[in-house]
Amino acid sequence: MIAVVVNGVSYERAVEPRMLLADFLRYELSLTGTHVGCEQGVCGACTVIMNGDSVRACLCFAVQADGAEIETVEGLGTVDDLNPLQQAFQEHHALQCGFCTPGMLMTGVDLLRKYPLATDREIREGLSGNLCRCTGYEHIVRAIRSVVGRSVVGRSVAGHER
Amino acid sequence: MKPPAFEYLAPRTLEQAVAALGAEDAKILAGGQSLVPMLNFRLLAPSLLVDITRIPGLDNVDDWDGGLRIGALTRHHALETSPLVRDRFPVLHAAMAEVAHLAIRNRGTIGGSLCHGDPAAELPGMVVLLDAQLQTTQRLIPAAEFYDGTLSTVLGADEILTDIMLPALPPGTGWGFEEFARRSGDFALAAVGVLIGGEVRIVAIGANEKPIRLLNAEALFNDASDIDAVAEAAGKEVSPEGDLHGSAEYRCHLVKVLTRRALRAAWERTS
Repeated sequence: MIAVVVNGVSYERAVEPRMLLADFLRYELSLTGTHVGCEQGVCGACTVIMNGDSVRACLCFAVQADGAEIETVEGLGTVDDLNPLQQAFQEHHALQCGFCTPGMLMTGVDLLRKYPLATDREIREGLSGNLCRCTGYEHIVRAIRSVVGRSVVGRSVAGHER
Repeated sequence: MKPPAFEYLAPRTLEQAVAALGAEDAKILAGGQSLVPMLNFRLLAPSLLVDITRIPGLDNVDDWDGGLRIGALTRHHALETSPLVRDRFPVLHAAMAEVAHLAIRNRGTIGGSLCHGDPAAELPGMVVLLDAQLQTTQRLIPAAEFYDGTLSTVLGADEILTDIMLPALPPGTGWGFEEFARRSGDFALAAVGVLIGGEVRIVAIGANEKPIRLLNAEALFNDASDIDAVAEAAGKEVSPEGDLHGSAEYRCHLVKVLTRRALRAAWERTS
């Protein structure tokens, strides 16, 4: 039996040791905002935030998350009340098909919290572990650039504000 | 792409972990950033994973007689941002910036990277360059004797790496680290680390089956006027294998060029 807090909600579930955190979120908790792309840690689509750090949910077993606090894209904002970073993605056309977007957003949140992101090079380096096949990245970089220095931590992560 | 079934234990002490590793086909799980992809690909099918990350006290970076003692469970991001690492071993600080991507650095551990032993990974090369001593649950192993081949160490099945000790560098040691990868954060096609202090040390990463010191090249170095000759020798001293990312000849060329750059940087940083 494991206990996790996801987007502020506590869950307890019995899981098989081999269940990946990404599958746990999607199948056990029905939080399908976390996307599964490569399942080998290359594409970054499944990135979530665990205890304040972005992690690949495909490279972590649910049992390893026992006791952890997790943030997923569902915790950032809602369709009617977007988080500033989500708003920026919309304004800067930083998504097309949307498959990579949850991972881009969660990576972006962690980058914005941890690094000054003074240059676009820093943003590009920070995003280098997330693949997007539509946008060519330029608009994603612009979207993140536009919110550097603004509070984008989101409702669910107030406890982690740094 | 789902891992095969396995049993899972998360012991709270090293003794419990060592005992659990007595089981046939047991594997240690630390950050999981190399192991879990291999499980997802089903390249491995261990009967038991022993998650050592719940064992307290193995993730500190502390003074060690002017050098540093680094707990094996220290995450890459903690090393990347450690003021002690930046001040005492700037070459390691520089190398950490090239290790994978943020989400991987948040999870991956120095002990995991060292024990996985990818020849193109930065940390195995760094411990060889810095002449580290590796403390396990059984013995102390010099970094230069830790690898016996690609992805292979001298560790026993129930032996756990616990601490990495980096001896202090002589004051004024110059350093250089140069890496070439296809994409920021990817494994190196080749990388070279250099120290110029009491002696000159040159280590090539990604060029042989394990990180190696280039002793022939080192022996040619006296001062900046030797840099081109040393670089030439370095390119001849490695024996890489070609793959789809680059031919053996190309990698030798990379080692030559990266050695030249790293030596120049190290020479300029000596004081």
